[in-house]
Amino acid sequence: MTGGRLEVRKTYKLYVAGAFPRSESGRSYVVSGPDGTPLANAARASRKDLRDAVRAARKAFPDWADRTAMNRGQVLYRVAELMEGRREQFADELRAAEGLTAIAAREAVDRSIDRWVWYAGWADKISQVLGTVNPVAAPYFNFTIPEPTGVVGVIAPESSSLLGLVSRLAPVVVAGNTAVVVTSETRPLPAVTLAEVLATSDVPGGVINVLTGIKGELVPVLAAHADVDGLDTWGVPDDLRTGVEEAAAESVKRLGRRPLAVAERRFDWANDRATQRPEWIAAFLEMKTVWHPIGR
Amino acid sequence: MTTRPRTVRGARRPEDQVDGRHDVPADETTGAQADMPPAGADGGGIGPADGSPGPLSWPKATIVTRHAERAPATWGLGDGQAVPWEYAPAPESRDVVTIRERYGLFINGREVQAASGETFPDVNPATEEILTHVARGGPQDVDIAVRAARTAFRRRWGALPGRERAKYLFRIARLLQERSREFAVLETMDTGKPIRESRDVDIPLAAAHFWYYAGWADKLEYAFPGRLARPLGVAAQVIPWNFPLLMLAWKIAPALAAGNTVVLKPASTTPLSALLFADVCRQADLPPGVVNIVPGPGSMGEALIRHPGVDKVAFTGSTEIGKGIARGIAGTDKVLTLELGGKAANIVFDDAPLDQAIEGIVNGIYFNQGEVCCAGSRLLVQESIADELVDRLKDRLATIRVGDPMDKNTDVGAINSKAQLEKITELVAAGVAEGATLYQPACDLPERGFFFRPTLFTNVAQSHRIAREEIFGPVLSVLTFRTPDEAVEKANNTPYGLSAGIWTDKGSRILWMTRRMRAGVVWANTFNRFDPTSPFGGYKESGYGREGGMQGLHAYVRLDDPS
Repeated sequence: MTGGRLEVRKTYKLYVAGAFPRSESGRSYVVSGPDGTPLANAARASRKDLRDAVRAARKAFPDWADRTAMNRGQVLYRVAELMEGRREQFADELRAAEGLTAIAAREAVDRSIDRWVWYAGWADKISQVLGTVNPVAAPYFNFTIPEPTGVVGVIAPESSSLLGLVSRLAPVVVAGNTAVVVTSETRPLPAVTLAEVLATSDVPGGVINVLTGIKGELVPVLAAHADVDGLDTWGVPDDLRTGVEEAAAESVKRLGRRPLAVAERRFDWANDRATQRPEWIAAFLEMKTVWHPIGR
Repeated sequence: MTTRPRTVRGARRPEDQVDGRHDVPADETTGAQADMPPAGADGGGIGPADGSPGPLSWPKATIVTRHAERAPATWGLGDGQAVPWEYAPAPESRDVVTIRERYGLFINGREVQAASGETFPDVNPATEEILTHVARGGPQDVDIAVRAARTAFRRRWGALPGRERAKYLFRIARLLQERSREFAVLETMDTGKPIRESRDVDIPLAAAHFWYYAGWADKLEYAFPGRLARPLGVAAQVIPWNFPLLMLAWKIAPALAAGNTVVLKPASTTPLSALLFADVCRQADLPPGVVNIVPGPGSMGEALIRHPGVDKVAFTGSTEIGKGIARGIAGTDKVLTLELGGKAANIVFDDAPLDQAIEGIVNGIYFNQGEVCCAGSRLLVQESIADELVDRLKDRLATIRVGDPMDKNTDVGAINSKAQLEKITELVAAGVAEGATLYQPACDLPERGFFFRPTLFTNVAQSHRIAREEIFGPVLSVLTFRTPDEAVEKANNTPYGLSAGIWTDKGSRILWMTRRMRAGVVWANTFNRFDPTSPFGGYKESGYGREGGMQGLHAYVRLDDPS
């Protein structure tokens, strides 16, 4: 209670197909700050919620992939615009969730915003950097263009709940993929607020779906889901890693993996050089090569 | 340039009743093509779809036209009846624009008067009214502006992280989007181009250019892998009057993205959108001196490019002046890019989709009154379809609406200046004198303002002036060819090499032709398409360097070793 007024607390929900459902299972779990203070109940998504999210992402994929590159760039830039207006809220939540100082929390928010801008700028450039015209030794015009792979599961970094998530999510969606995000399990709340920003932005419903819950429950199901084309395994707990990659192999999922040498908790998400990488976009692109004859 | 005027097929050519400047018998066109259905849903083709005789239940058809004396265009219904068809006036409001009585120069973030105190009048070419008076920059002003740009480069802009430059450029793009209507109206008043084109083409593309290059500002290492891209310094930029804001965007966006500062001279007949852009720079909190806008005469432009404080010169305009600029920087370290004239061939093969080709030809030469460096001013038609194509083209010309640029229905607006109108008139007279056959639809032209009818020449020889010289007006010269090799030969038979168009259903032929075109942009089954991601520029005497795309960054960076 502040100033004699009873505050209205927020219900943290899932974000699926542009709507905010609770888990169909009716379950939740207690989220605590680093010092053990209970912060809120988060929805504990079920396997059914996850399948719903994959279906929503699949449905949203054709339209999102068909948008012009410039349009996708503008849509992602708009996320940055809207986050800018919620800097204080994000900073407060990061302080509570991650135990950051006020300055560190603000820096993480600012970098998250700038990261959207950086990846937004790639929308209409990635094919210019990765695409090629191939001088084949025959009268053919031969070119290669990148295309999005489809639905990508994003297992968000566990410790950096906002900046880490944005740094892995933006490269997935900028090129036209749609995403199913499994948030940080212990620090899920900033991701839910991000979902609220997404819902009021121009990102179409279903392009980004956000699930909170227990990674041990959700990740193996996502990894084994046959309608998921790619998996960003950055935030997969070390003990699940091999099993997840084996499950992903069944439907030949493309993987965006954290190098073994990189410890999840030690990674510096504030380092632009380490986190602004076109190859993170390329991880979930298919290369299409076209042959066309030349002749009068 | 997407939607060209709506086709009203079977319309009787008005000139048949008005004057004798047609080269086909008058009865050849009347009502003969009424079997073609109108293009219903887009609001363009109008008339009973079943071909039944009128009366049309279309309310607009009864509205009095702007030019009461004009012979009405008609809709042939197949049984000899014709129903008059006119468009109601749809004027765009001027209210969104406030034009001040005087404008200064924009130097170091402030509006200042010219050192000489002189001004020059700025005229609306569609009405001949004086819109405002603009400070007339001279060598002294250029010197101040270049120094301001140099200081801004050294102290602020050159050292700013790419990420921050990007954010400034994103801001500018957003501001242009937010103020798009204001810019569109102002641009049309200043240039004479139809409001539909400034609204749908010039302004959105200008914003898109800033958007695209904004994203490059912090990604230069990916445009030049293994090299360190550094800005050149101060860029002197001189732009033409045909697309004032768009040319400004083509120049300023890549320059700023790469970390340069600029002094830009807009054309003296069209300075207003550049001066309004100065206001956008202020709104974006762009540091003073990063962008300087100095209107003035050609002599001032020369002082600008010769200024020792300038590191880079970018020019868009005529080949003649471009050559002078190249001479002017001879013996210096200045980097130069030139985007000059053109005499593009638009080549139509006998298997081309003719409906699309007709629209592409019209778009190619009558877009922006033909005042386009890459305009498809030479139509090369395969001989076997030449008669049919020309006939259909004439029908199409009869439906083009020439007049008030502020009217949203107008297809062809005013010629930009009296001098340009005189140049077009002179070249068209030369075409007649040299023996080509002139065709013009008999549309009424407004009494005031600089207007010219859409014009088509047949029986044109390659030696004619109208086939060799850039007219920069709504004048199309039709030539024919028999084989693909002959088409290539004729298309390349020009000192220019900016653009070319190819119309055929055969993909392999498009690519075969593409490889042989000595032109910087080749449009296949389309024409006059532009995009910030797509490089634009010429071969031969159409200039060098490219604007747009990753290639457009090259013109504004020096590449060093990363070590």
